[in-house]
Amino acid sequence: MLPAKGLRLIVIVAVLVMTIGVAAPAMAQDGSNVLIMARAVDSTGLDPHTQTAFASLRLLELVYETLVRTDENLNLEPALAESWAFSEEGTQLTFNLRQGVTFHDGSPFTAEDVIASLERILDEETGSATRSNLLSIESMEAPDDYTVVMNLSVADVPLVAALSSINTAILPSELIAEGDPAATVIGTGPFMLDSWQPEEKTVLTAFGDYWGDGPYVDGIEIRIVPDESTIMAALRAGEIDFAMLNDPLIATLPMGDSQAIINRAPDISYHVLQLRAAVEPLDKLEVRQAISCAIDRQEVVDVAALGEGTVTGPLTMPAWKIPIEELFCYQQDVEKAKELMAQAGMEAGFDLPVIVAVAEPPTALSEAQVIQEQLKAININVVIESLEFGVYVDRWLAADFTAAIALNGGRADPYPMYSRYFQYGAQFNEVAGYIDDTLDSLMKQGQVETDPEKRFEIFAQFQRHLAEMSPWIWLYNGFTYTGQQPWVTDFTPTPTGSLFYLSEAKLNR
Amino acid sequence: MFRYIAQRLVAVIPTLLGVSLLVFIAIRLVPGDAIVTMLGTEAGMLTARQRAALESYFGLDKPAAVQYVTWMGDVLRGDLGFSIRHGKPVLDLILERFPVTIELALMSLVIALTIGVTLGTFSAVMHNSFLDLFGRLFALIGLAAPNFLIGTLLIYVLSVYFGILPNSGNYVDLTEDPVKNFQQIIFPALTLGFSFSASVMRTTRSAMLEVLGEDYIRTAHSKGLRSRTVITRHALRNALIPVVTLAGVELGYLLGGAVIVEQIFALPGLGRLTLNAISQRDYALIQGATLFIAINFVMINLVVDLIYALIDPRISYGSHK
Repeated sequence: MLPAKGLRLIVIVAVLVMTIGVAAPAMAQDGSNVLIMARAVDSTGLDPHTQTAFASLRLLELVYETLVRTDENLNLEPALAESWAFSEEGTQLTFNLRQGVTFHDGSPFTAEDVIASLERILDEETGSATRSNLLSIESMEAPDDYTVVMNLSVADVPLVAALSSINTAILPSELIAEGDPAATVIGTGPFMLDSWQPEEKTVLTAFGDYWGDGPYVDGIEIRIVPDESTIMAALRAGEIDFAMLNDPLIATLPMGDSQAIINRAPDISYHVLQLRAAVEPLDKLEVRQAISCAIDRQEVVDVAALGEGTVTGPLTMPAWKIPIEELFCYQQDVEKAKELMAQAGMEAGFDLPVIVAVAEPPTALSEAQVIQEQLKAININVVIESLEFGVYVDRWLAADFTAAIALNGGRADPYPMYSRYFQYGAQFNEVAGYIDDTLDSLMKQGQVETDPEKRFEIFAQFQRHLAEMSPWIWLYNGFTYTGQQPWVTDFTPTPTGSLFYLSEAKLNR
Repeated sequence: MFRYIAQRLVAVIPTLLGVSLLVFIAIRLVPGDAIVTMLGTEAGMLTARQRAALESYFGLDKPAAVQYVTWMGDVLRGDLGFSIRHGKPVLDLILERFPVTIELALMSLVIALTIGVTLGTFSAVMHNSFLDLFGRLFALIGLAAPNFLIGTLLIYVLSVYFGILPNSGNYVDLTEDPVKNFQQIIFPALTLGFSFSASVMRTTRSAMLEVLGEDYIRTAHSKGLRSRTVITRHALRNALIPVVTLAGVELGYLLGGAVIVEQIFALPGLGRLTLNAISQRDYALIQGATLFIAINFVMINLVVDLIYALIDPRISYGSHK
């Protein structure tokens, strides 16, 4: 069919064409002051009050702002509010707002916008999950354009930290009244949303009238590259300036000849083996404690995450951590574990079903496998059930599991981090599967105590008690990773994973 | 001929109805909905009223039967539905992504047929030679090595040893910049084409071996025809029927989107669109895209059947005069 001459021609053309393909230099970003960034997962939507996925928050944090912000050490710092103060008894919280701030549409930012935004979150019709953190707000008033007074039903110290989440972003009151915040993006942040093509590309442009430092780049182009090894390849090839990475196994791959750098910041999310003490035989304290003693947490980090993490107790924030030596059985002790199993009359062991979400986090399955191996020593047979993420979440929410490997989000403040799990009647208490009077009372004290030292002691006790009761087995916290070229300077990674400091980044190509 | 086509087209309707119903039911049986996939575990923080508000926003508040009938009515009017996640009509989304998928499918098909048919023919003609051994080894590797491995290796080699990566999420289409487009699509096409060329090679080889043993080939040789003519005119043409069948089925698959390759090479094709729709439980988009893919598939099958008649004059679909 193909005469030899024709065949030869085809081969020559093919080789030529391939050479063009390979030889064309990468030069994607020559001279431009737009930061090219890649990430694997896109935002699931644009409404800051309803979007809770990490990927969504990372985009929204660049365009929206909140009253307060957490810095790279998780300390609260002023953002749209310049200062705030609680009344003597802690039931009134006053914010003094920053003056001279404008929204992307040019309208001025005032107290009216703050009240409209928070009321939108409190309105059940909005469907905002963050509403549960603001329930202590009974009413709000604006004595003048730049002061907001919140009247609280109880003293609520962690409320200020809750208002640092981008889910409490301040939107213009006109947009809330007349527009659709799910489709129109008008914030006060350093960047304006130019276009959003889901799963493809998001284009941001610098907001010239931004009140704070920067931005120093003209814009950011966020590309969605679904495979993280391809993102690493693009970083190596110099095709992109900046990358968000999620999988420690990929983020730690060698960079070859490339000058690209991987930034890591300790992540406040924690990897945990959730046991449900409501289910037999996990209702026996000794059984749960035996599991805690039989697990070598450092080995889980070393094998499942290639050492990319730190063994942790319930609180991952540096300011709230206590030495792990103070926590029950943080040093593996198989003998003690066997004794505990014997005390519970469970020497013969049992089957322990553990649900795991596929690739969510990427290390989940390996973590389950390491634990499976370790628990064999006390005759517990871990049966791993690997589920697609949507299915996993469904089962998790319905508390339809015995044990689960989970990556749970951290917060700057311990109260919102655990109040949903370990309090009587809390939304996720059923999922958490355990509660006792001590935990409930410590939580309640932690909410109202205003003295920082006393608060620290309350939550230290909370951690020690949790570790001893072993409703869950806290394993480790990993890192948040970003990759960047050497010509990107002045970016600061944060433990929440926020990319807000891209507003201070400079490009020196 | 036309009657045959018309009959086939009528037969397609129940198939498509079946597909639409199956997909509609299947995606609703899978646990998790748009709210859970958007909010993750935070969905548990919603009150009943908050959840109801979101359900009505996503159109999940109506009974499934009502949803199906409404959707079918829209489909008959040429409206495949609306994707809330993308904020766009489903048909627009599909038509935006389809050119990428067609281009990738055709290019990899050309690569696969060029390599596969050539190698298969030589392998058969020089049966048991060194070339045949090489061809069979090639086919073995091609069949055994999965796309994600070949694609990932290709990307690794390109980025580490050549310092390039043709596509890092900045896909440009053919009309915008043909050269850049070619650079971006050639490697994914090679990845797909390589795997597929292996099965083409094997099919060609065995069909050729069979045909080469036929009496009419011996006759052709003994008539004194040049052996190249015998092989290309007489043998290959007859050996092509199974290859065409194979190519047709493969093209049908490819037009449904090459999910893995699109994912690795960051191509905005139909496969990635559908995959994301599934993981986000974007019901309208899953239904619309699946129906579209099913239509493609049946149409290609029809075209393949018509091509048989072109290759082999003994096959005809017309009335016998």
